[in-house]
Amino acid sequence: MRKSFVAAALGFTLAFAGPAVFAATEGPHAAWMDWEPGNDVSNIASLQRGAANFMGYCAGCHSLKYKRYSRVAKDLNIPEEQMEKLLLLPGAKKGDYILSPMAKVDGEAWFGKAPPDLSLITRAKGSDYVYQFLKTFYVDPKSANGTNNLALPNTAMPHVLSALQGVQEAKFKVVETVVDGQPVTESHWESFELASPGQLSPEDYDAFVRDTVNFLEYAGEPVKAKRESLGVWVILFLLVFTALAYLLKQEYWKDVK
Amino acid sequence: MAASSDHAGKTGFRAWLNKRLPVDEFVDSQLIGYFAPKNFNIWYFFGSLALLVFVIQILTGIFLTMHYKPSEAAAFDSVEYIMREVEWGWLIRYMHSTGASFFFIVVYLHMFRAMIYGSYRAPRELLWILGMLLYLALMAEAFMGYVLPWGNMSYWGAQVIVNLFGTIPVIGPGLVEWIRGDYGIADSTLNRFFALHVIAVPFAIAFLVLMHLVALRQTGSNNPDGIEIKEKLGANGKPIDGIPFHPYYTVKDIVGVGVFLIFFCGVIFFAPTFGGLFLEKPNFEPANELSTPQHIAPVWYFTAFYAMLRAVPDQQLGALLMLLAIVVLFFLPWLDRSPVKSIRYKGLLSKTALALFVVAFVMLSYLGLQPANDLYVILARVFTAIYFAFFLLMPWYTRIEKCKPAPERVTYHA
Repeated sequence: MRKSFVAAALGFTLAFAGPAVFAATEGPHAAWMDWEPGNDVSNIASLQRGAANFMGYCAGCHSLKYKRYSRVAKDLNIPEEQMEKLLLLPGAKKGDYILSPMAKVDGEAWFGKAPPDLSLITRAKGSDYVYQFLKTFYVDPKSANGTNNLALPNTAMPHVLSALQGVQEAKFKVVETVVDGQPVTESHWESFELASPGQLSPEDYDAFVRDTVNFLEYAGEPVKAKRESLGVWVILFLLVFTALAYLLKQEYWKDVK
Repeated sequence: MAASSDHAGKTGFRAWLNKRLPVDEFVDSQLIGYFAPKNFNIWYFFGSLALLVFVIQILTGIFLTMHYKPSEAAAFDSVEYIMREVEWGWLIRYMHSTGASFFFIVVYLHMFRAMIYGSYRAPRELLWILGMLLYLALMAEAFMGYVLPWGNMSYWGAQVIVNLFGTIPVIGPGLVEWIRGDYGIADSTLNRFFALHVIAVPFAIAFLVLMHLVALRQTGSNNPDGIEIKEKLGANGKPIDGIPFHPYYTVKDIVGVGVFLIFFCGVIFFAPTFGGLFLEKPNFEPANELSTPQHIAPVWYFTAFYAMLRAVPDQQLGALLMLLAIVVLFFLPWLDRSPVKSIRYKGLLSKTALALFVVAFVMLSYLGLQPANDLYVILARVFTAIYFAFFLLMPWYTRIEKCKPAPERVTYHA
């Protein structure tokens, strides 16, 4: 992950570039920042589960505006009747793009910020980020909706998966540091504790999130699995081609003394 | 070789054609009749590879324009449409985006080849200058192409680069407005960059490539020994150490093409974003004038110059320094005063200077990608100094050092 920084030397850029952005100072490296979902977009069963998870828990608010239901069904080997029964949002047709029924103005009114489209979230922020985001919700009475998040502090999104995960509490250590000569109190994350269990065991919740993130990675680049499997044949062909070209070259160059 | 008389006795279509269009004569004189030194090594693949990448970019570009929409409202969506719904659109787009980076890789290696073997020296000064103009055109082409997907980095990158023109005294602010066609980077900017990217600059590049090749035919190729093969002619009037470009170098270049395509396709199929280096993460979010990416950096091929820009606290001086870093390359043929051309026979000073220059360029490229913290700014200043010292001290260190005598004939082991 790139370090956030105050771009002092970028002064010239910011002077022109309009609003200057000062990223928050980052705390010390914590264990959750290394959590990875271990995606495998060629695992069709995982993607099917992820698609069902997404339609069941995410699609109410989040769209996949570049993705059609029919393409999901085709790519993930989901039979048409199954797709119509399990995946389609009310009123949607199979050739439609996956658009959440929530109007943008409603989203803004309810959450302060419309829930973003997730078509490219894994490409823009990385799969790791989405995985960490879904795993690091914790109880925070100071927050408007009662929860907060480590990966995206002060997120407007409530922990919609808490029924599955249970209620997660975070333990913080209060640290006194000095930044630019000023004493600063920072709280550093130490660990999570499950205050009350959800419908899923921690292992099953983890699997649930992994499948969902895997599906989002597929949705970000639907062709990824095909690209990689095709690539093997392309490279094999090129190896043979290059070997033959080399032999041809040797044949011609025999008479160069 | 009596190649030119080969087609004299031909009949049928070929004779008909050649009476009207000098096809055979062209092949005979420019490919078979062009004698290239026989001692080319691996560094000599990158010229033909640059031409190959240019052709790939033109062909894939044509297909991209069939689906791409150059407007603020539709550009980003149309690129995703290409990636998802156009048959093989993803492959065409990845070829084009990977091609941009590979264009610079082969061009940088091609330029480095000229630097190590002194290919810019007399009588090839104009060949070098035409090549430098090509490099400038390529930079303009790459920059404007990068804006077209209208991602957030496209937008903010365009903001930073276009504003550099604003540092020009007096005319700067007006010039920036004229380039953008608006008071900010906007629909009109995107539209005109599209026009320049697909028509104006490609035409300029094609013309310069032609001139580059004509100039090469006039002087003949240099070689790793940096000696003129034209000075040793055989009984047939051709250079003893030269061999016909076709078939010898055509078959050899095909091997180079094969190896190149293995790398090229390796990236396209297995790492098209190349860890965020070829396609940057913020560019998967649509342009947003209200949200600056945390860290604006150009694509890797510009970052050496970007690091120089950031190394200077004054924006005007920084922009000037950036410009000079490129301008100084044009003067290379006159800065090098060595009695020999090739690094093989130059002295220790030249070898050290070139090694330091490479380190400086690579380090500047790295630093330009990183956030500009205090340490990195200091390092960028050191390497910027080395970059310029390489050129400015060249007339001195190439003259005082002790060189080995260049050989009479090229070094070649069959």
